[in-house]
Amino acid sequence: MNIATPAVKTAKDYASDQEVRWCPGCGDYAILKAVQKTLAELQVDTEKTVFISGIGCAARFPYYLSTYGFHTIHGRAPAFATGVKLTNPELDVWVVSGDGDALSIGGNHLLHVLRRNVDLQLLLFNNEIYGLTKGQYSPTSRVGTRSPSTPGGSLDTPVSAGSFALGAGARFFARSVDTQQKDLPVVLKRAREHRGASLVEIFQNCIVYNDDAFAGFTDRSVAADAQIHLEHGKPMLFGKERNKGLRLKPGRLELEAVTLGEDGITEADILVHDETDRAMATLLVGMEPPSLPVAMGVVFCDPAPSSYETGVLAEVDAIQSSRPGTLAELLTKGNTWTVS
Amino acid sequence: MNPAALKVDLPELKSGGLLILDSGSFNERNFTKAGYQQDPREDGSLDDYRIVEVDMSQMTQDALKDSGLTKKEALRCKNMWALGLVYWMFGRERKPTQDWLTSKFAKRPEIATANIAALNAGHAFGETAEMGEDLAAFSIPAAKIAPGLYRNITGAEALSWGLVAGASGADLKLVFCSYPITPASSLLHTLAGLKNHGVVTFQAEDEIAAVCAAIGASYAGGVGVTSSSGPGVALKTEAIGLAISAELPLVIVNSQRAGPSTGMPTKTEQSDLYQSVFGRNGDSPLVVLAARSPADCFDVAIEAVRLATKYMTPVILLSDGYIANAAEPWAVPEAETLPRFPVTFETNAEGFHPFKRDPETLARAWAVPGTPGLEHRIGGIEKASDSGNISYDAENHQRMTNLRRDKVLGIAKDIPAQAFEQGGSDDRLVLVGWGSTYGPISRAVDNLRQEGLPVAHLHLRHIWPLAENLGELLSGFEQILVPEMNDGQLVTLLRSEFLVPAEGLNKVTGKPFKIAEIEAAVRARLEA
Ligand SMILES: Cc1ncc(C[n+]2csc(CCOP(=O)(O)OP(=O)(O)O)c2C)c(N)n1
Ligand code: SF4
Ligand SMILES: [Mg+2]
Repeated sequence: MNIATPAVKTAKDYASDQEVRWCPGCGDYAILKAVQKTLAELQVDTEKTVFISGIGCAARFPYYLSTYGFHTIHGRAPAFATGVKLTNPELDVWVVSGDGDALSIGGNHLLHVLRRNVDLQLLLFNNEIYGLTKGQYSPTSRVGTRSPSTPGGSLDTPVSAGSFALGAGARFFARSVDTQQKDLPVVLKRAREHRGASLVEIFQNCIVYNDDAFAGFTDRSVAADAQIHLEHGKPMLFGKERNKGLRLKPGRLELEAVTLGEDGITEADILVHDETDRAMATLLVGMEPPSLPVAMGVVFCDPAPSSYETGVLAEVDAIQSSRPGTLAELLTKGNTWTVS
Repeated sequence: MNPAALKVDLPELKSGGLLILDSGSFNERNFTKAGYQQDPREDGSLDDYRIVEVDMSQMTQDALKDSGLTKKEALRCKNMWALGLVYWMFGRERKPTQDWLTSKFAKRPEIATANIAALNAGHAFGETAEMGEDLAAFSIPAAKIAPGLYRNITGAEALSWGLVAGASGADLKLVFCSYPITPASSLLHTLAGLKNHGVVTFQAEDEIAAVCAAIGASYAGGVGVTSSSGPGVALKTEAIGLAISAELPLVIVNSQRAGPSTGMPTKTEQSDLYQSVFGRNGDSPLVVLAARSPADCFDVAIEAVRLATKYMTPVILLSDGYIANAAEPWAVPEAETLPRFPVTFETNAEGFHPFKRDPETLARAWAVPGTPGLEHRIGGIEKASDSGNISYDAENHQRMTNLRRDKVLGIAKDIPAQAFEQGGSDDRLVLVGWGSTYGPISRAVDNLRQEGLPVAHLHLRHIWPLAENLGELLSGFEQILVPEMNDGQLVTLLRSEFLVPAEGLNKVTGKPFKIAEIEAAVRARLEA
């Protein structure tokens, strides 16, 4: 008998036959490419993988993959995904949301899916704008953002996805950038490996309504000094020369960037990244240029012994196998009488 | 009755009815508290009734003087004394109540003993007291009921068990997702206790998450069920539209309460019929079923799961606060005789697309994630009828709208023809009811027919689609009267569907119809 070995899948095998319909130059293309590449590197089974999205430009994502996909309603994707995992925990479920989808209309669901720790990969495409509805400011837009709905500049303080996630009790938070084709798959793989809810914030350029929103730290000329790529167990160094590092300000719970060799600073003064340190993660997600670099990579990863759906289903299984119920017994339990 | 109860409940009593007054509580203090200026026994307001005065407080205390209970504790047993008297009047067995008291107060046997003593004392009073004609025992022969095994069941239990039986009939896992709200929470509580039947329950962060998780469950190949009351169902509306568009099974239970908005959470009403049949954006047909009584919830829940899974459609099951909490005797069905309708998921990749339909039922193929070769994408955007891919084509949208409508209307072929509960086409007036008005309507029709009046009763379980023969049945009547605990909803549906001169009999006081109210309305019309 000839048992055909399954052909090795390439990134192309993870693309669907649908024409991709984002604006030319949109950062979503790069993310799609990185995801397809990641799926190929992991050789995931398309039939066991589900991409679930809300509504928005980002949320069109599932149509372009050859896996199962469910394009749901605005903001609610985490809730659909929770129902899927409670029904078939074997499925590998990814959730794709925009910043409005995840943090505005769907903020409540994101909060609860993170604290419950449902085993999902949640990808948040943050372009700091409502792309699909033509450019209104979003909950992640910086103060002063001019948009059709805020012609005089927005007034409200933006929400930080990282602080939100850590505050909600998330056990995995990572960051990357659409164009970082080398780093993004690494972060995606870590997210998938993590048993529990893993939130990945991906800075995504909306070329039409918010072009270059992240140029201040992603532009080649500044990236090395304006970003730090975290690695567990390694000193938190950055900069073109890798001569800058992070340390705690003496006497304060606050980070500062220092330069090796200046004021007697040596590598021994630089903090080592411990991705299980929640308090440090809270400081790291708050870093902003120019005084501090933007934290990239796996900022926080501290898995719980088990994920939510595993716990729920284990309880059901344990009760059902110790005293399996039959319909006959259910209907006749308690007080009954016979009429003859 | 004490003065307070008399004040509130006297209007419910028919003239000539029997009033048993607890004379011990008829004092100045209680008159003032109840809002009486003077003793109602002396102002002529009770002239229309037969009155029996018994000092129940004293008699209860006397019966319990050796029980070791304080006076205050003993007086709490007064209702059992009254129940004992009523049991004597109607020739009822005391044993089930005695057993219930014993188990209810298993941890405080002295309380159980005292309550049973009070019950027995009330009964003995009836037997020995010389009350003459006034308190003659009513001999009510045992109702003619079919032989078999019986139990008491509440609406919440019957509905929960029906969902379990429905999921079992479909051979699927039941995933129940809900957010607490009165009077719907009892379903969540009951089902959370049925894990030994493999039931998964999920208390979501809100009603939207609950319905979305239920849809996710169906998408993954389970029976997704969500439940709420009107305000919560309103929140679920957008997601229900997605289930209609993506054509996924879903059961939405609505335990109705008085509205609008928060309304009167603990008062019963059946005012969410419009919300169920019409309350969504777009042309968005689904199935609506209504349970008529606590026990009926069992069969209706099974039917809801059957239709949802067979036709890939959301089904709204209407119950109400009264049905959910009331209990009634139920002839327990044999588990082996319950309906079976096992679901077969699509597995054949040849010619597959997610909106491929069964030509008979028009249901789309149900292909669940995990099935090799059937990977596909679905969502709420309109899809091409022949590929399932996104389509904004005008003709296609017309076609898909028609398909969704015809699929749901076609279910009329798969449900029982509408039958009369009582009477028939020869009668002059028909009462058309749905939901928990069943009890008072059927009693009223029974009484009126015994008087020889030409009244018939139709009671609808299937609110949408309506039974195929309903229009024809209605067209034969001179008068159609639709009693509803709302401001006129089914009546509008019937008028618009069948162009019949149906008339509403509407009541929204938070209380069920009285039999006499329905009788009076019918008489007035037949005499007119
Ligand atoms: C219930 C509901 N409200 C509003 C909308 C309109 N809407 C669609 S997408 C969107 C915001 C999209 O922004 P974001 O989530 O950041 O995604 P992006 O398009 O930027 O990728 C809005 C307001 C909708 N589809 N549904
Ligand atoms: S509007 Fe912005 S986010 Fe949306 S597709 Fe165009 S570039 Fe991308
Ligand atoms: Mg956005």
